[in-house]
Amino acid sequence: MTKRQKKNLYRILIAAVLMAILHFVPLEGAAKGVLYLIPYLVVGGDILKKAVQGIGHGQLMDENFLMAVATVGAMILGEYSEGVAVMLFYQVGELFQSYAVGKSRQSISALMDIRPDSANLEKEDGSLEEVDPENVPVGGIIVIKPGEKVPLDGLVLEGESFLDTSALTGESVPRRASAGDEVISGCINQSGLLRVRTTKEFGESTVAKILDLVENSSMKKAKAENFITRFARWYTPAVCIGALALAILPPLVLGGGFATWVFRALTFLVISCPCALVISIPLSFFGGIGGASRCGILVKGANYLEALASTGVVVFDKTGTLTRGVFQVSRVHPAQFTEEELLECAALAEIYSSHPISQSLRSAAKKPLDKSRVSQVQELAGRGVTALVDGRKVAAGNLKLMEEMGLQVSPCQECQGGTVVYVAVEGVYAGHILISDEIKPGAKEALADLKAAGVKKTVMLTGDARSVADQVAAQLGLDEVHSELLPADKVEWVEKLLAQKPKDQKLAFVGDGINDAPVLSRADLGIAMGALGSDAAIEAADVVLMDDDPAKIALAMRISRKCRRIVHQNIVFALAVKAACLVLGAVGIANMWAAIFADVGVMVLAVLNATRMLRKKV
Amino acid sequence: MKKTFKLIDLDCANCAAKMETAVKKIPGVKDATVSFMAQKMTIEAEDDQFDQVVKEAVAACKKVEPDCEVVVK
Repeated sequence: MTKRQKKNLYRILIAAVLMAILHFVPLEGAAKGVLYLIPYLVVGGDILKKAVQGIGHGQLMDENFLMAVATVGAMILGEYSEGVAVMLFYQVGELFQSYAVGKSRQSISALMDIRPDSANLEKEDGSLEEVDPENVPVGGIIVIKPGEKVPLDGLVLEGESFLDTSALTGESVPRRASAGDEVISGCINQSGLLRVRTTKEFGESTVAKILDLVENSSMKKAKAENFITRFARWYTPAVCIGALALAILPPLVLGGGFATWVFRALTFLVISCPCALVISIPLSFFGGIGGASRCGILVKGANYLEALASTGVVVFDKTGTLTRGVFQVSRVHPAQFTEEELLECAALAEIYSSHPISQSLRSAAKKPLDKSRVSQVQELAGRGVTALVDGRKVAAGNLKLMEEMGLQVSPCQECQGGTVVYVAVEGVYAGHILISDEIKPGAKEALADLKAAGVKKTVMLTGDARSVADQVAAQLGLDEVHSELLPADKVEWVEKLLAQKPKDQKLAFVGDGINDAPVLSRADLGIAMGALGSDAAIEAADVVLMDDDPAKIALAMRISRKCRRIVHQNIVFALAVKAACLVLGAVGIANMWAAIFADVGVMVLAVLNATRMLRKKV
Repeated sequence: MKKTFKLIDLDCANCAAKMETAVKKIPGVKDATVSFMAQKMTIEAEDDQFDQVVKEAVAACKKVEPDCEVVVK
C-alpha cells in the first residue's frame, strides 16, 4: 500500500468506529446531525474539498461532485447515517480500487521486468566493478556470471554458456553462446561465466528498446478506450440532469413528498459513477499487451491489439517468414568454367550484399574471398547484382536480369523448388546455381491455426521465381500466391488486397523486417518476426514477434480476441447493472446499498475480470 | 520535442483522461497523452516553448487532480 492508501484506510477505520459509537447515542434531530458530521467530515472531507475546487475550476459533474451532492443531500434530508455510510463506502470502494488497480499494474509490469540492475565492468587492472548498465561505454568489457541478466548487447570474447531467452521470446529452449557469438541484453545467463565486449550503449540496447516500446504501448489508445472517454464526457452530465429531473418533476406532477424523490435522485447519482468502465478497459488492454509480451509478442499499442482481433486477411512475405531463410547452394550447373570458378565468381559479385542468398553463395565458396578483387558493385532491386570482378563484368541474378542483358537462357528443368542464380561474365551466360530454402517447421500448422482463429484469406507475396513460390504455397495450403515481385510490386499488391477485403476486416502483413518496411507500414497491421536484435524491424512494425515462429501470429490473435471479449463483457456488464439499478433506484426499489454495489461492486468485478488477461492460458 | 514525465498517485482513469484533455488545450502543445496504466504523461511541443508548456501542464494537472504529482526532472 502506498502512503496515501494507508492514510485513507485509517480515515475509513476512524469514521467506521465513530459511526458504530453514534449508533448507540440516544439523540434526535439537529444534535444528532451535528454529531454525525464528525465521521462524515473525517471520511469525506477531501471529497467535499475536491468537489468545491472542481466547481471553482469549471469542472462540474465529476465523481466528487456526484458524491458530495448525494451525501450532503442525504444529510439535509435527515438521513444522517445513510449519508455518512454512502461516503464511507465510496471511500472503501476508492481504496479498494486504487489497491486492486495498483496491484494489477504491478503484476503486469513484473511480467516485463527484464531491466538489468547492474553490470560487472572489468577495469584495466582486471578487477571487477559493479556499475549501473547505463554507465558502461561501448566497447567496455563486462563479465556476466551465471544467474545474472545480460545487461547490454555485446560480443562474447571468452566463455561458454546457455542463455535463457524466455523473457524476450517466450521460447523455453535455451540458446548456446560461446566466443564470437552475439548476446542480447535481457537474456539470463544460465550456466557459465561470459566475458563480453559491449557493442551498444544501454539506451540503444535491445532491452532498453523493448522496455521503451512496451511502456509506451499504452499511449496508443484503442477505439474502445476512446469511446469510453467520450462516453464519460456526456454521460456524467446527462445523469446529473436526470437526477435533478427525478428530484423535481415527480413531486410537482404527482404531488406528495419531496424527500422521497430527492433521496431517490441521490441514489441515482451514486449508481451512475462511470469509473468501472473508465478503469477496466485500459486495464484489460494493458493486461493483454503484458500477457502477449510474456509470450514473446510485442504489441506497440492498444489500438493494434484491437486490430489484431479483427484480422481477416494475412499476407506473408516468403523468405524468412514462412521459410527458414537459410539458403544453401544445392546445385551448380556451369555453362563455362568449373563449378568452383562459377561459385567463386558469383560469390565475389555478391560480396557486399546482405541478402540471404548472397550469404549462402559466400559460405559455399569455401575459399576466403578478397574484397579488393571487386569494384563497381551495383545492386538491382528484384533482379540481382552487377560488379567488376578481377576486371571482368559479372552479372548475377534472376532470369529477368539475363533477359534485360539480352541473354537467352531457358530455365533448367532439374533446378526446381529453390532460387536459381544465373551468372553472366562479360555479357556471356556462364551457368546457374540452385539455392534452396527450407519451409519452417510448424509453418503449415501455423497457417491452419490462423484459419481456425478466423482468418478468411492467406496470401503469400515473394520476389522469388514462380515455380518456387507455387511449390511452397501448395505445400503450406495458402489461398493466394503472387511471385516474381519487386519490393514496389509488393506494396501495390497489398494495396489491391486492402481494396478487395471487406471493410470490417483488417489486413496484416507478416515479414521479417528486412526490405519490407514500406509494406509493413502500408498494411493495417505490420507484423515483423525474428526481430530479436533487429532495430529496423522493431521500428517499422506494429507487432513484433521476438522469435521467428509463425505460430505466434495465431497466438497473438487469440490473445487479442480474449482481450476484446473481456472489454466487451465489461462494457455490457457495467452498463447493464447500472441501467438496472438506475431504473430500480428511480422507482424506489433499489436503496443506497444497492447503489453502492452498482458503483463499487461493478468496478471491482470489472477490474478482476480484466486481470484475467494475465493468465497464461489463452 | 517530446518528453515523458512520471506521474505519482494517479489513481483514477477518468482523471487521466481529463488531464489529457486539459494538457492538449494548452497553447503550444502539439500532442499529449496521459497513460493511466503506465502512470506517465507524454508531451510534444515546440522546443522554444517547451519549458513554459511543461509548467502550464503541471498546473493543469494539479487543477484536475490535486493529489497527483508530476515529476519534472
